[in-house]
Order: sequence, then C-alpha cells, then structure tokens
Amino acid sequence: MKLSDAPQQPATTESTELLSGAEIVCRALKAEGVEFLFGYPGGAVLVIYDEIYKQKSFSHILVRHEQAALHAADAYARATGKPGVALVTSGPGVTNAVTGIATAYMDSIPMVVITGQVPTHAIGQDAFQECDTVGITRPCVKHNFLVKDVADLAETIKKAFYIATTGRPGPVLVDIPKDVSAAKTLYHYPAAVEMRSYRPVTKGHSGQIKKAMQMLLGASRPMIYVGGGAVLGNASAQVTELVRLLGYPCTNTLMGLGAFPASDKQFVGMLGMLGTVEANMAMQNSDVLLAIGARFDDRVIGNPTHFAAGNPTRKIVHIDIDPSSISKRVKVDVPIVGDIKEVLTDLIAQLKAAEQKPDSKAIAAWWKQVEEWRSKDCLKYKTGGDIIKPQYVVEKLWEVTKGDAYVTSDVGQHQMWAAQYYRFDKPRRWINSGGLGTMGVGLPYAMGCKFAFPDADVACITGEGSIQMNIQELSTCKQYHLPIKVILLNNRYLGMVRQWQQFFHGDRHSESYMDALPNFKMLAESYGHVGMDIEKPADVEGALKDAFAMKDRLVFMNFITDQKENVFPMVPGGKGISEMILAEDL
Amino acid sequence: MRHILSILVENEAGALSRVAGLFSARGYNIESLTVAPTEDATLSRMTIVTSGSDEVIEQITKQVNKLVDIVKIVDLNEGKHVERELMLVKVRAVGKDRDELKRTADIFRARVIDLTEKTYVIELTGTGNKLDAFLEALDRSLILETVRTGACGLGRGEWIIKA
Ligand SMILES: Cc1ncc(C[n+]2csc(CCOP(=O)(O)OP(=O)(O)O)c2C)c(N)n1
Ligand SMILES: [Mg+2]
Repeated sequence: MKLSDAPQQPATTESTELLSGAEIVCRALKAEGVEFLFGYPGGAVLVIYDEIYKQKSFSHILVRHEQAALHAADAYARATGKPGVALVTSGPGVTNAVTGIATAYMDSIPMVVITGQVPTHAIGQDAFQECDTVGITRPCVKHNFLVKDVADLAETIKKAFYIATTGRPGPVLVDIPKDVSAAKTLYHYPAAVEMRSYRPVTKGHSGQIKKAMQMLLGASRPMIYVGGGAVLGNASAQVTELVRLLGYPCTNTLMGLGAFPASDKQFVGMLGMLGTVEANMAMQNSDVLLAIGARFDDRVIGNPTHFAAGNPTRKIVHIDIDPSSISKRVKVDVPIVGDIKEVLTDLIAQLKAAEQKPDSKAIAAWWKQVEEWRSKDCLKYKTGGDIIKPQYVVEKLWEVTKGDAYVTSDVGQHQMWAAQYYRFDKPRRWINSGGLGTMGVGLPYAMGCKFAFPDADVACITGEGSIQMNIQELSTCKQYHLPIKVILLNNRYLGMVRQWQQFFHGDRHSESYMDALPNFKMLAESYGHVGMDIEKPADVEGALKDAFAMKDRLVFMNFITDQKENVFPMVPGGKGISEMILAEDL
Repeated sequence: MRHILSILVENEAGALSRVAGLFSARGYNIESLTVAPTEDATLSRMTIVTSGSDEVIEQITKQVNKLVDIVKIVDLNEGKHVERELMLVKVRAVGKDRDELKRTADIFRARVIDLTEKTYVIELTGTGNKLDAFLEALDRSLILETVRTGACGLGRGEWIIKA
C-alpha cells in the first residue's frame, strides 16, 4: 500500500511530518528500538550518515571492514535475540558485506541490512560503485527490497524487521538509492504489517503433537536431538523441562549448544562429524528420535543413506518452524511445523496429563548402554608434556570464567575444541558460524557480544589463520574500548585443513602451514591493547586469570599450542556417524 | 515424474528471478516456465513444468512456498486439470508443399496466421504431446523456426486456485 492511499492515522503524531528518506531510516530504526547500527560510510549513504550525525537514539559503530559490520550485527542478534542492523554503501560496500550476510543466512539469524544504491536514474547505467545488490544478495537473504519511491520506505523497513524476526528468522536487505534517501514524504511508520504472501505458522498441529507424545512414551531407546532452532526460538527452558520430564538422553548440535545444559547428566555431548561417541552412537541406535529445531545436515548425521539404512525401524519426530526443513535429508514419521516454544509447551502439557509413563525398565537398560559408550571417555587427551594442549586452554578458560562467558569462535580445530570443552549451560552464549563456516567471524562476533553485554566476559577463541581474516577490527575494539579476551590457539597451521590432509591426503600438507606470522603480542600492542605470549602449560591458568582480571583492557593471548594435535572423535566425510575414528585408535 | 506447478505470486519486480534462482540454486529442473499478470493486477500466475521424485516435488513446493513473494503454490497433478501450450511454427511453403502443409495444419486444427510467397507461420494450441505430434508430422526440412510458450493449466470444475 502506498502512503498516499493510506487512510489518515490521527493517532500517530508523526503522520504529518515531511521527512527525507534518510530521516525516515533513522526514525524507523528508533521505532524498532535499535541500539546499535554497525556500518561503514560511502557516497551512496552520505545522506543517511548526515542524519545519523544529527540523531541520538542509537549508536553507530564504525568498523574497519564491512564484513565485520555484518558479523558484529549478526553476533548482537545471536547473543540478544533482537535483530542486528547494519548499514553499508553501494558497490564494494555491498560486496564486502556479502560474506557476512551469507553467514547470517546459513544460521537463520535475524538481521536488517540497509545498503545504499546509486540514484534511481543511474541504475543499470554501470554507474560508479553500482552493483546489482538485490541480484547479488538474493540467494543469501530471506528477502530483499529495492526501494524506488520514498513513499514506500517506511513500510518497507517495517516489513524488513517483520520478515527478519518472524518464522524461520534470517537477514533481510533494504537497498535505498541515493535520491530516495534525499527525497521527502509524509512520514508514517506502521505499527504492524500484514502480508498475504507471508504468514508463518506458529501453532503446532495438536493431533501430531499427540502422536509424538505416544511415540515418545512407547520408546525403549529414545534420543532427543536439539539444534539451533531451539536457541533461536528461545525454547531452551522448554527443551530442558521436556528432557528432564522424560529422563531420556539429549544431544545438542554445534548450533544448539546451550539449549540443554552441558553439565546435566542427561547431556551426552555434541553429536556429528566431531561429536562424542555416546551422542553419535545413541543417535544411530535409537528407536525413537525426537529432533527439535535441527535439520539433519551433513555435518550432523553424515551420510543420510547410511543413517537411515543402518536403522530402518527408527521412528523420527521432527519439530521445526520451517516446513522445508522437514523430510529434506531424512524422511520423518511425525512432522510438527510450528514455533518450537509453543509446540514444546503443548507437548509437555500433554505428557503431564498422560496416564502412560516412559518404560522405566527399557530406559534404564538404554542408559546402561549409553553409559558404556560414555565410558570410552572419547574427549580424553594426553596431558603432562611441556607443550600446551589446546583442549587444556579451553578447559581452563571455562574454569576461569566460571562457564559464564560469551564465547565466540572462528572456524577450524579451535572451534571444535571450544565446542567440546567449554561446557555451555545457557543458550546464546556460544556464538559461531556453524552453517557457512566463515573464518574471520570470531573477533567481530566478540564485538557484537560486548556491545550487547558490556559487563559480561567475552572470549574469542581463534586460530592464527582465522584471526588474520579480520584482524583490522582490533582498531574498532580500541575506538570503542571493548575489553574482549582473544584466546589465540596458535598451532602455526590451518589446523583443520592439516588434520584432513593427514588422514585423507597422504599427510601432504599442501598450503596449510602458516608461515610468516606476525608477532601477535606486538601487533596487539600496536593497536593499543595488551598482548601476551604463553608457551608453557604451567602458565596457562595464571595468564587467563591475569587477562580476565584486566576488566577494561582487550587482552590478546597468543597461546603457542601443540602443532600436531587433532580433533577427535572424527567421522570421515561421506561416512555414517557411527564410523568414528578415536584418538585411542591411533 | 512430470509435474505441473501453478504459482500465484505478488506482481513485483524480481519475483520471477527469485523463483528461477531457487530452481537453479537447488538443482531442480525446469522444463518450462510461463508467467503473466492475472485478472487481479497485483498478482501474477506462473506455471512451471518440472520433474522429479515425490520427495523432490515436495521439497520444490516447500521451498517455493518459503519465498516471501509467493502467495500460493499448487501441484496441478494432485487433481484433474486441463493444460494447454501454444506453438508458432514458421515453415518453408513453396510449390506442392504449400497445400500439403495447409492440409496437415487443418488435421491438427492449426491455423496459418501469416503467409508470404515462400513461408507460413502456423499457430497451434494443445497439450505438449499434440504439439510434438504436429512437428513429427511435418517434413523436418521445411521447419524454419519454432517457438513454444510452455504449458499453462487450470484445475477442472470447482477446483479454484485463488489468493
Ligand atoms: C573464509 C574461509 N576460507 C577457508 C576456509 C576453510 N578452512 C576451514 S578451517 C581452516 C583452517 C583454519 O585455521 P586456523 O584459523 O589457524 O584454525 P585451526 O584449525 O588451526 O585451529 C580453513 C582454511 C573457511 N572455513 N573459511
Ligand atoms: Mg591454526
């Protein structure tokens, strides 16, 4: 609906104001309660930046590279549950932002991305800094808009926030040509929008929920598999209640860590390609599997044919907000489409009301089996040498931060050790790129968390390869006084690549050695931060304590770790998840 | 198996590329695709002919539905439906071929809609099979050009697909 056709809204005082597109952007962000706008200026957004200068309702955070603006906004969303917002200029601003957009898209993170575009009359003329933003980003956004008329701007921004935050969340992009941000119109920000083409389902089908309940109660080898959807859907409390009510084993995916507390006895660890023996074996051998906000992706169940064929009688219940996630890779028996929190609330109510109780004898036998798998102690690693083991650093980090930090990671071995050894008891504390696997997210992710929770401990666990992909953000951290703790597990290798080469490519380390590394301590210092080199296992704990005691400083901790350490257990690509290689097998 | 999907989409710039992009990104095949506005100017109707196993078609339907601009998608194979496709064929029409071509066109209830001394443009509507059969019936060497719209379809009787 164009504004000119809209009925007059006397209730809104703002409806009679004539505002520029740029002013509308700022007003709309204010109306949405935006606290931080992560961005980088340029020609096509100059008019918007001029309005940002004049307003006080939100803070603009100037990053050093647009990719980092997107990652920081993304982390803010992951940590708070509120949409992250970013602003970049046309052309190179947009292309630099694409990695950040795609990263958020793969993990279903609610974001609104505002991009400048060349003036409407110049579109299609190969103008300076023109690119087809809507075209380039189409495959990696939930939706995008090109606003050609300032009269549509306010409603489009409202739609962007609505689409980004409802249903299966995701990034939504609004492309605003320069002349549109300069043109004026009567401002009216709608309180709500209705779209006939977009109506996400929230309430689960009660008949299906009943079937799920019966299936769960009839199980003798049940397993509960919880993914990132439970975190995104703020359903952690319901997941925890359900798992405890049933008394069944529970695993979290990489994206689901924290949805069910890792310190709970019913937690069997993370599953998947680098998951625990007990989680993968229980998953593979279960007779009833309840999947909650998870998508059976390749890093989780390995080869879907093996997963299904290895256990053809297993029944699967799958709860997800996105119908297209259901029966995509694995055929399920009881699909339930809906908001996880609502569905679980209904399921818990039905379970409590049911006369039938879980088969305690069968469940006890199943736990005995699970404990047997658990007794393999598959995360055990060698200690006692004079080289720092990366796992040890993460364990000590957990102790020093009392398991209560926001932990971001980059991508590689360090990411997996962080996931395996930092026991997340709360949702939204573990911030990583699970879907796209984007090296370089760690530091900007930590920035987003620190802006959201200035008083919390924020640790970025990274590798010497990954950190160099957005190291320039140390400058942003300096400008905004972000006392992040960077935990660099420096193995002088693109470790995850080297590990795969060791096992599957004849130990030929093709281009995986990280030569010519900078002196990270001095590098951190040159940005005005504290740098530390830690080379001995005995120094790890003390250094961590010192670093976290420096409440107002960013500390860059360069841990020189075991170069050849590997992540175990490991499922080779294309194999089934019960075909793990263990550390002790070698 | 071949499926014919009928899609109601917001008549907005970019809607077509969203659907087409989805098919190519996910490796679904498109046999044909037609699109035009409907009696309601805010809506376009797209017809896509595709093929795949039941699981693939289910995924296609869900993925298309997930696109924000899509109002509705229906697999016409789920019920009784009619479908038609339009084809124009330009043929070399000289000498004795002229009459022969006209006769073949008449048998298929095709119409000659343009003629010059040496060519005909023949219009034919029908199912894809009928169009194929017509081309088979023509002397290959006389065909200069063909163009087809791809199939469009509607449910039979009271089966109405509306926003
Ligand atoms: C942007 C990007 N490029 C390449 C990769 C492939 N990749 C995955 S892990 C990895 C090595 C990471 O090395 P480092 O950051 O040192 O971590 P480590 O595995 O040594 O802990 C690479 C290159 C990636 N995930 N992201
Ligand atoms: Mg490394």
